[in-house]
Amino acid sequence: MPYSLREALSAFRRSPLLAFLSVVAIGFSLFVIGLFGLTAWNIGRAIETVEEKVEIVVYLDDATTPSQLELAQQEVRALPGVLDLRHVTKTDALATAMAEMQEFRDVFSDLDNNPLPASLEIRMKPGSRTPDAVKRVAERVRAYPFVEDVRYGREWLDKIYQIRRLAAGAATMIGAAFALVAAIIIATAVRIAVFARREEISIMRLVGATDGFVQRPFLLEGVMTGLMGGALAALLTWGAYRILSANIFQIEMIPGEWMVLVVVVGTVFGFVSSMVAVRRHLEAV
Amino acid sequence: MIKLTSVYKEYARSGAALKDVSFHVQKGELVFVTGHSGAGKSTIMRLLQMAEAPSAGEVRVSGFSSKTIRRREIPLLRRKLGVVFQDFRLLRDRTAEQNVAFALEVTGVKRSAISQRVNRVLTQVGLSHKAQSFPDELSGGERQRVAVARALANEPLVLLADEPTGNLDEWAARGIFDLFREINALGMTVLMATHDLDLVRAHPEYRVIELAQGQVVYDSKAAAPAPSAPPAHAPVSAAAGDGQLAIGIYDPRGA
Repeated sequence: MPYSLREALSAFRRSPLLAFLSVVAIGFSLFVIGLFGLTAWNIGRAIETVEEKVEIVVYLDDATTPSQLELAQQEVRALPGVLDLRHVTKTDALATAMAEMQEFRDVFSDLDNNPLPASLEIRMKPGSRTPDAVKRVAERVRAYPFVEDVRYGREWLDKIYQIRRLAAGAATMIGAAFALVAAIIIATAVRIAVFARREEISIMRLVGATDGFVQRPFLLEGVMTGLMGGALAALLTWGAYRILSANIFQIEMIPGEWMVLVVVVGTVFGFVSSMVAVRRHLEAV
Repeated sequence: MIKLTSVYKEYARSGAALKDVSFHVQKGELVFVTGHSGAGKSTIMRLLQMAEAPSAGEVRVSGFSSKTIRRREIPLLRRKLGVVFQDFRLLRDRTAEQNVAFALEVTGVKRSAISQRVNRVLTQVGLSHKAQSFPDELSGGERQRVAVARALANEPLVLLADEPTGNLDEWAARGIFDLFREINALGMTVLMATHDLDLVRAHPEYRVIELAQGQVVYDSKAAAPAPSAPPAHAPVSAAAGDGQLAIGIYDPRGA
């Protein structure tokens, strides 16, 4: 076994508690990020589903004449980004309302006049479901004199995006706090390891070992700690997904590449933390 | 091989440790560096290892200059130096053999070459039969032999010994010095800092550089420029009582 690997492993034997704490700290900080990933992924999926359903609903004045309507339908179909268009009559609207809201069925049947307006439901082409494109069509349609109101569900999308931003902010803060703790624990572990091996290090320097060679066992230890921390975070994230899915609501697991990324980030984090610490503490030997 | 030119060394806390020190040691010489504690012997040893840089002047060791050496070149210089200390500096949790092998392992010597070289140097210092002993199981003289073996393992050009006999009884000290003579006879340059004046006086054939308060106050080579000429200054081996001993009696205050 090469010298660096042997020494790195012996550091785990020498202070197992500290090694364990380092792994757990990295694991938890990345778990927070992993949970955010899980949330973000599922919100993203939700947004996609909502976006597929993006429609512009154009409520029509009761006085709209069939010829007006026919002309408007032709014009709207020709607008850029519009996929198709459906005319919902007052009767259709009432039927739908009665079907979807069973408990109000009696109320609807007792009405003398149908209070629901007729409408046009516009669906957008997949590439044109952006807020701007939708808004352009909505504003154009609003210009017809017989249009009472136009709704296009942007408020909803904005709210979802806002929730996602909020979750990202919270995860970054909590993750950073855990990462700081992890960095401090790793630095302490390196400091103790340097102290325990100070005689060895001074002899290594005396006989002409390069700085890189002296540092290598510590860096390797950091990489191993980070790798284990990342793996722990991936495991915890997967566990959280299982528990949430089984008990609260069905969600989707984040893609495999994201899990790999969690482990890679942990490894890089362990490497960088120990590099910073080893540079500082080796100066003192 | 070793050249100090107008070297000054000052420390922020303790002030001047070396003042205008110049000397030149050629390949194959064995040189004693003597003087009281605090005279600057160990400072010179540290400067030669380039563990510290001089405040002024230049230190040159086997092709490296203190003025131009880069941090990453220092390990390369150290591989050309074997260093031995008063306190041995062996790793207590490793056997004699492992202590020597360690120096080779950490400088990237191939595994297959290590055991052969370890055997050779342990035999050279007369300790092949104690290869499996831990430092605590060895006498002071034996420990220093292990340290010498470690210093020799990388086949250095120069052996620097800082008070190598300081912790040893007289017999062990003589043994170690005899080892240095043998090594020197094979062509290696040896620089030995010591305040063991008896040892120095017993070997007048070797050059002596004496320091006092950070300055060179005596250099037997400068005192006797041509080997054939009679020494201008009294040799260190001069019988006690002739009143011309330089070693250890120089007092810059004139007392």
